[in-house]
Amino acid sequence: MNTKSIKEREDQIVEDFSLFDDWMGKYEYLIELGKKLPVIDEKYKNESYEVKGCQSKVWLNAEMKDGLLHYKADSDAVITKGIISLLINVLSGNKPDDILNADMDFINRIGLKEHLSPNRANGLTAMVNYMKKFALTYSGQNVN
Amino acid sequence: MEAPVKNTELIDTAKLREEFPILRQKLNGKPLVYFDNAATSQKPLSVINAVTEYYETINSNVHRGIHTLSEKATEAYENSREKARSFVNAESTNEIVFVKGTTDGINLIASSFGNMTVGEGDEVIISEMEHHSNMVPWQNLCRQKNAELKYIPVNDDGELMMDEFRSMINEKTKLISVVYISNTLGTVNPVKEIIEIAHSHNIPVVIDAAQAAPHLKLDVKDLDCDFMAFSGHKMYGPTGIGILYGKEKHLEAMPPYQFGGEMIKSVSFDKTEFNILPYKFEAGTPNISGAIVQGAAVDFIEKLGHENIHNSEMKLLEHANNLFEEIGGIRIIGTAKNKTSVISFIVEGVHPYDTGSILDNLGIAVRTGFHCTQPLIEQRYKLPGTVRASFAVYNTTGEIDLLADGLKKIKKMFL
Repeated sequence: MNTKSIKEREDQIVEDFSLFDDWMGKYEYLIELGKKLPVIDEKYKNESYEVKGCQSKVWLNAEMKDGLLHYKADSDAVITKGIISLLINVLSGNKPDDILNADMDFINRIGLKEHLSPNRANGLTAMVNYMKKFALTYSGQNVN
Repeated sequence: MEAPVKNTELIDTAKLREEFPILRQKLNGKPLVYFDNAATSQKPLSVINAVTEYYETINSNVHRGIHTLSEKATEAYENSREKARSFVNAESTNEIVFVKGTTDGINLIASSFGNMTVGEGDEVIISEMEHHSNMVPWQNLCRQKNAELKYIPVNDDGELMMDEFRSMINEKTKLISVVYISNTLGTVNPVKEIIEIAHSHNIPVVIDAAQAAPHLKLDVKDLDCDFMAFSGHKMYGPTGIGILYGKEKHLEAMPPYQFGGEMIKSVSFDKTEFNILPYKFEAGTPNISGAIVQGAAVDFIEKLGHENIHNSEMKLLEHANNLFEEIGGIRIIGTAKNKTSVISFIVEGVHPYDTGSILDNLGIAVRTGFHCTQPLIEQRYKLPGTVRASFAVYNTTGEIDLLADGLKKIKKMFL
């Protein structure tokens, strides 16, 4: 299990991406991560788990285990899967409150800002918001 | 206006490209290859300069000032209407309404003409390949009227199934609206035949000519369509301006779509008398600059000549088709016999979004997704989207070679 803090995980990703000096290498790495993303159960691949606002289909679910939130997701596009893989790597297995407070600025630091900007059709913002929404739900339960 | 280039001469693309400053730039460190022309075309200097010239020399409101400047603006505005009339070969400028674009034009027809023509239990026919702009207004009208919207089916090649169309018509059919050229498939539809069939049953026909305007000679008299709508920005003109053609007898009978200034003849506290055609449909201060500059876009197209544009673009399409076949593993969506320079495709095994993302990094602008024809892509072709490359007169075979190189690279990366 990943015991690193969100910040440490973000730094790790930034370091991994710094090994590639052009976008092609970075994309190839993203595609590799996408292909390796564990598949989610088919039962989650329906509208109830769909993240709206992406050009490709994205399904995402989260479960609480021992006070930590664990995400699983899938997409029909490989680059999107790569992006999801990064998001899951950073956020999964953390406390809901920590997830809510994560600024996710690593996306700007991996050198793909032009390509992965929140305005793009990749649905990056939609995915992050969707993941934080789960955290908010469980964070509320903790308070109650 | 200069005489058109002789029809037998091909366009000197290198020289033509000098008129499009935007094409000189680099994106992501690579020369821009702009293949998203079906979404909007780039603008030549004559159009860009016309915007500045308008604001620097004659900017003022139209149809109301007695001052000279207002008269000059009004003259330029009406002069552009005359150019639009001639562009579509309409009988009179009374039949030419300036609108915001194709969507606005179709909404006007649906709200005004549709509202008075279609009643409960009636039927409206459109096709499966309609852009949302020629689908959603009719869905809305039919919902309001409790009428039925029927769709002409599309075959595997992306052509309208005409026998099915014929059998759909009955005494309840009150209106037909079809697209001239599909923005997704590139299919040029047999609209003249559709209109003839419809008119033999006394059914009026609306033509969505958004994609046709930059590629084909529009001729409302020859087609005998009842309405036609298209946008300026897809035919080298500005955004926010479009043309709606309507037969005068229809426009006369139709109630106004929007109400306010400009569209009135006289107003009292008790009642209002509406203005004559076409002003009855141009409420409020119009897009004066847009309308005037649209005239420059018409000049640009007519100077090149429709046949030259067509021949030039067909060469591009042929080149793309040949290269795609050579590469292999590329499925083209839309293989109609009569097609224009739009090529929708899927690299087999690669999501359109992935293909589009890599092409973007290579400086190649294509569109990915549903192209505002979601039912066609999702329900008819059962696809998650397509990649669409759409060519304009300034594109080159060299640019298509770059696209082909990109697709080869993509196949290596993903497969």
